[in-house]
Amino acid sequence: MAREHKVSRRVVQGLLVLCSIAFVLPFAWLVSTSLKPIEQTISLPLTFIPRAYTAELAGRSVEVTMDYPVAQEGAVVRYESGPNAGKLGFVGRGQRAGDGTVHLVHPVAAGSWHVTQKVETALGEGGPPPAWDILPRSQIASRVRFRWDNYPRALAALGGDAEADRHRVGFWIFLRNSLVVAVLGVVGTVFSNAIIAYGFARLRWRGRDAFFALTLATMMVPFPVLMVPLYGVFKSLGLIGTLLPLWLPTWFGSAFNIFLMRQFFRTIPEELSEAARIDGCSEWRIFWRIIVPLSTPVLVVAALFHFIFAWNDFLGPLIYLTRKDTYTLALALESYQSQNGGVQWHYLMAASAVTILPVILLFLLAQRSFIRGIATTGSKG
Amino acid sequence: MTRREKKQLGSGLAFTSLWIVGLCAFTAYPVIASLYYSFCDYSILKAPVWCGLENYQQLVHDGLFWKSLRNTLFYAGLSVPLGTLMALGLAMLLNCEVRGRSFFRLLFFMPSIVPVVASAMLWLWIFNGEYGLMNGILNPILGLFGMHGPAWLADPSWSKPALVIMSLWGTGNAMVIYLAGLQNVPRDLYEAAEIDGASAWQRFRHVTLPTIAPVVAFNAIMALIGAMQLFAQAYIMSEAANGNGNASDGNPERSTLFYSIYLFSTAFQDIRMGYASAMAYILFLVTAALTWMAARLTRSRTDDSP
Repeated sequence: MAREHKVSRRVVQGLLVLCSIAFVLPFAWLVSTSLKPIEQTISLPLTFIPRAYTAELAGRSVEVTMDYPVAQEGAVVRYESGPNAGKLGFVGRGQRAGDGTVHLVHPVAAGSWHVTQKVETALGEGGPPPAWDILPRSQIASRVRFRWDNYPRALAALGGDAEADRHRVGFWIFLRNSLVVAVLGVVGTVFSNAIIAYGFARLRWRGRDAFFALTLATMMVPFPVLMVPLYGVFKSLGLIGTLLPLWLPTWFGSAFNIFLMRQFFRTIPEELSEAARIDGCSEWRIFWRIIVPLSTPVLVVAALFHFIFAWNDFLGPLIYLTRKDTYTLALALESYQSQNGGVQWHYLMAASAVTILPVILLFLLAQRSFIRGIATTGSKG
Repeated sequence: MTRREKKQLGSGLAFTSLWIVGLCAFTAYPVIASLYYSFCDYSILKAPVWCGLENYQQLVHDGLFWKSLRNTLFYAGLSVPLGTLMALGLAMLLNCEVRGRSFFRLLFFMPSIVPVVASAMLWLWIFNGEYGLMNGILNPILGLFGMHGPAWLADPSWSKPALVIMSLWGTGNAMVIYLAGLQNVPRDLYEAAEIDGASAWQRFRHVTLPTIAPVVAFNAIMALIGAMQLFAQAYIMSEAANGNGNASDGNPERSTLFYSIYLFSTAFQDIRMGYASAMAYILFLVTAALTWMAARLTRSRTDDSP
């Protein structure tokens, strides 16, 4: 029996390790791409570790960029510095004929279609055949190098074109917008829902339960149903294109948070309130002095949930925000992608990583609250 | 009403006054207005014009409406069962007494809080047909059989499965809920079953499953409601994977034209707010029916009285 347990524990452990590799790989791919030079993002076979290459030229080592990640025969390199900067070199064995063309001795390796393509392009344009250097493989050295400067460049690129420059739009503006929406939303969520939940949880009044049932029922209204009229409301108030529609509603309660806080408030012993009432405390004082201090766990959970929601929200900003200087980080990221297409993957991944980082940090700091919050909301319908 | 009751009602209304305003302005009014618009020709620029059932009649004959509905059901039909199975499987693994449990739990949960725009970008890149991670892993394996990975998001028959795979990465939320449910199963039930000679499968079938089934059913229905409203991932990825196409076309070949995307483009690009409201109301009715089912499943267990 004991041995059987030991075996099955091994199996479980193994399965967990396998699953966690599958869950972590996308993150690893994100970080890896964000630290690569552009040519290493679009080269085969795939690599995870960004590298830097140098070629040994006349006793000097010159930095080169490679189309091909492994210093393999058939790769093309470009000198990045030195007197030959910009010149191309071919890694492998070849011979230069009298007319200057490169004849490859070694058959062209898979993935080096660009070699022939570059030669053909040069000839097709009537130009002279490229006078490439032929570099034996042994002259190419490589080492691990992370391109940390992708990050400041990606953030600078996020703002976009010259038109954006005129309005001084950029990463810091988007970050500020995201923070405004998230922080004002968090404050509004905690403040309004705590007061409202107190009314439902700790006071007895006629119609309370019916009203609460109605409140719960509003949770099932899908956002698309509200979308069109809400747009109309904010349009008539002249608020389209401002951040207000994204955080103002949080100051007027939400069914989910009312429910969450009410459940918690009800677990606080009624005797505490009764004693305070006998002492002549007003309900507001009881709420503020007794209930709020005892309820920090649930207030933290509501704050965390709303921060994540506001930070991650895409549809709201997409509908309400019109000018680029009001974009949140999420919307700016999408707009950068749609304008630049799928070319600069290293920048796109760096900007995505920066967008992800705050929520991951917040989660790591407060993971206990998170896990507890989710476990309770998911199991008490 | 006595004076005391009046006073109580007064303070009750005072504490909930913010919500009374919020409920009216941000939920009740939109719900009613939306219903009204669904019977109107409305472009937001001009006042709505009553047109009776015309929007609904048009919807029945709208090929794109049915296409978007089919796409959405296909996605939901794959992602909800697979996601539920995966979340439950992971939760059961984590429920065993193994080393590093809280570390694994953290790892599995983390993707579910990643901003959807960022995860859409990441998976767009992973699903890149030429240089993406997915085919980078698959191609060497498939190559043994003389095959290679599909173009995923650029291929109409693989774009929806790709979105399903991406959704599986974010099942950590449900996993945490199921894990909490599993940990609530009384330990002595397992011990009793073991003494009676129940096998591992029998213990799962007769002890674990009955206890967590309502939680699983409730969360699966909630996931279904979420899947019906799939928007951001599909909007971003369909635009990006297919070059200069419009985001709400549902590229390629309208294979990712989901219900919410069609609704969004009808409302905010074609500015046919009335038609969009009719679509929204159909979604509302389906969601209401599903929620009602979820509520029935949990009512028996949840003791809500003080």
